Amino acid sequence: MHAQLDVSGLHKVYEGSGRHVEAVRDLTFTVDAGELVCLVGPSGCGKTTLLKCMGGLLTPTAGEVLLGGRKVSGPPPGMAFVFQEYGRSLFPWMRVGENVELPLKQKDLSKARRRELVADALESVGLTEAAGAYPWQLSGGMQQRVAIARALAYEPEVLLMDEPFAAVDAQTRADLEDLVRGLWRERGITILFVTHDIDEAVYLGERVVVLSASPTVVQEQLKVDLPVERDQLHTRVSPRFAELRTHVYEQIQAAKRGTLPVQDRLTPSDTPPLR
Amino acid sequence: MRGLNTALGAAGLAAFLALGEVVPRVGIVKEAYFPPTSRIASAFWDELQDGAFWSALDDTLTGWALGLAIAVGAGIVVGVLLSVVPYLREATASTIEFLRPIPSVALIPLAVLLYGTELRSVLLLVVYASFWQILIQVLYGVQDVDPVAEETARSYGLGTWARVRHVLWPSALPYVMTGVRLAAAVALILTITAELVIGAPGLGATIMVAQTSQAVPEMYALIVVTGLLGLLINVGARTVERRALAWHQSVRGEVAV
Repeated sequence: MHAQLDVSGLHKVYEGSGRHVEAVRDLTFTVDAGELVCLVGPSGCGKTTLLKCMGGLLTPTAGEVLLGGRKVSGPPPGMAFVFQEYGRSLFPWMRVGENVELPLKQKDLSKARRRELVADALESVGLTEAAGAYPWQLSGGMQQRVAIARALAYEPEVLLMDEPFAAVDAQTRADLEDLVRGLWRERGITILFVTHDIDEAVYLGERVVVLSASPTVVQEQLKVDLPVERDQLHTRVSPRFAELRTHVYEQIQAAKRGTLPVQDRLTPSDTPPLR
Repeated sequence: MRGLNTALGAAGLAAFLALGEVVPRVGIVKEAYFPPTSRIASAFWDELQDGAFWSALDDTLTGWALGLAIAVGAGIVVGVLLSVVPYLREATASTIEFLRPIPSVALIPLAVLLYGTELRSVLLLVVYASFWQILIQVLYGVQDVDPVAEETARSYGLGTWARVRHVLWPSALPYVMTGVRLAAAVALILTITAELVIGAPGLGATIMVAQTSQAVPEMYALIVVTGLLGLLINVGARTVERRALAWHQSVRGEVAV
């Protein structure tokens, strides 16, 4: 396995109206092909900035992002983005099916193939029935499913998700988490999932990258050695889950206080010791 | 509630018409300058039988529709261009702010000089007045594009043209519709004004003729026609707006989820 996503020395400073904000100081990590990695960090630590740099929506001040060995300098075709604000990311003037189809029109695909992809993506998220509805006629959770379907239909190698479930209720959120894990296993897409929710990061990820407070560096990376089969009921009460989340929680607290010495940024992913 | 409002509205209108009938008859105002409602109504009826009236109405509507269409087309194209091409908006902002407040009627001498009493005179005034209404709304509308929608479009590799068509244009449409509604009203005012002042053929010129030939009830009847025209145009514009923006929050209302 080679690194599908390679972030090295990423540095981003916002300049403007006399302000100089260092959002990301120095980030280096990799994501392997087919991996599901969760990025977690204290709020305001530049997670969104990082993701936008990776998605080619922002130009980093220094450092670079490689996708499959090629430098990202604009939104790359092999990458899809799922935003937190599904209500604003879906276009209210288009029906669900049209929303999912729009990005495909930029690709050189036949109409039949586009339809097939749209139908398949909507089926994967359980919204075949909703193709003719407008997004605003759907509940929040369903809208985010539409956004996920739009990303799936685009057939990306890498899926970037920016706190996609932060605005939905807890039960919907659990369903959507299982949906993402299911899709990941089914389709073998590489997923980078950003969240501020520690439980979510541990439950979803095969690996968790903990970020420090702003200006951001990688605080720690750890492998999640939970079984691949996970479910909301049993995984979340397993002792190992509790240990992992406690560990991440401690790391985040330390990151906020800035006490723990930040580990060398080349530290390989590690599994925290059993207690 | 709605039925009550309609009833109240009808009662108010009836009272107003009755007042127009009674006030001249009891001699509060001179009947010669302010004929009672019934005489205006009968003059109105006579106008409807007159071929000259219909051709005047046709002239007015032609001037209005053509002027509005040119203004809407130009306003949208210029507005989108100014917004999409970098620096263009900043470079033109001061010029626009200078040209926009010039009242269109101030251009009447110029119009006469250039085109005399032709339709083109009317169009010059109508287009000048309506164009700014559209342009300003388009500029505001384009600024109102949701950054998340824009980023979504960019992240999926939509090019400039696709973003204009699928994101910028629908986002700006509510503003454009407001602009069209305002411009439609302004265009009618300027069409009538141009006909009145310049004497280009149309309802305005007919009003002028009625006034100079002391046909007072006919003059009022024609004024009523222009009022009805304004009403119809506004209702029509609102209908178009509601249809085009069925998806928009202001039209769709609360949706039970």
